[in-house]
Amino acid sequence: MTIPLSYYVTLSAVVFFTGLVGVLIRRNIIIILLSVELMLNATNINFVAFSQSLHNVAGQVFVFFALTVAAAEVAVGLAIIIALHRARNTINVDEFHLLKW
Amino acid sequence: MEQLFFFYFALVIAGASVLVVALRNPIYSALSLLIMFFHVAGLYVTLHAEFLAAVQVIVYAGAILVLYLFVVMLLNLKHDERYHRQWPVAAAVGAILALEAAVLTAVKGGASGARPAAPETAVEGLGNTEALGDVLYSTYLFPFEVASLILLVAMIGAIILAKKDLSGESLQ
Repeated sequence: MTIPLSYYVTLSAVVFFTGLVGVLIRRNIIIILLSVELMLNATNINFVAFSQSLHNVAGQVFVFFALTVAAAEVAVGLAIIIALHRARNTINVDEFHLLKW
Repeated sequence: MEQLFFFYFALVIAGASVLVVALRNPIYSALSLLIMFFHVAGLYVTLHAEFLAAVQVIVYAGAILVLYLFVVMLLNLKHDERYHRQWPVAAAVGAILALEAAVLTAVKGGASGARPAAPETAVEGLGNTEALGDVLYSTYLFPFEVASLILLVAMIGAIILAKKDLSGESLQ
């Protein structure tokens, strides 16, 4: 009994939506980055499910690239967080309004 | 049996991702993200993507999450208020997006049954790692090199950003 593709797409949509809500409602910048990781993982689940369904290995290659970009994003993002914490002594996104109208 | 595994993994993935967003302490959020990463790796195994499952555990759970926990513990956060002051706006945007998702799932696409007859590269007959490596080093060689360049740029950027003094005195 094989799993229909729509189940994977639904799971991916649920996880992506959770990450989106996390980005929108949380104030802690680390949690916002964790939510971005959630969204990246949701897309990866989609890629692998379609790769299996279409018998095409290209989807898994793209997951590989998404993983690379996620690693780069985490390194730069956490460096920015450390620099912000050093400058303002907080990581609450409400405090960073220098570029906000 | 396959469905049992899928529903177990799907349930834990969805639950852990809700916990990532909802928990108050960033360390607990990061740890529930760890649980989610392991179960995504398990889902990859059921999808016959064994190499990606291993990479998921090594890179995400091994490297990225350790980096997060390191920063959380380095900054020694106090418990802040959890949610934005502008959360009503966020709720409105979220409701609109949820509605859009519901509409898109309700309207069935016409191409749901149509599958490409002749796939570009077949997975069967070859192990997952061999198939992936074969494609990665032939068809996707240029993006692979670009990815290595991105990692180099990110490494240099992270070192520059996290340096103690940006004014140039410590650079001499």
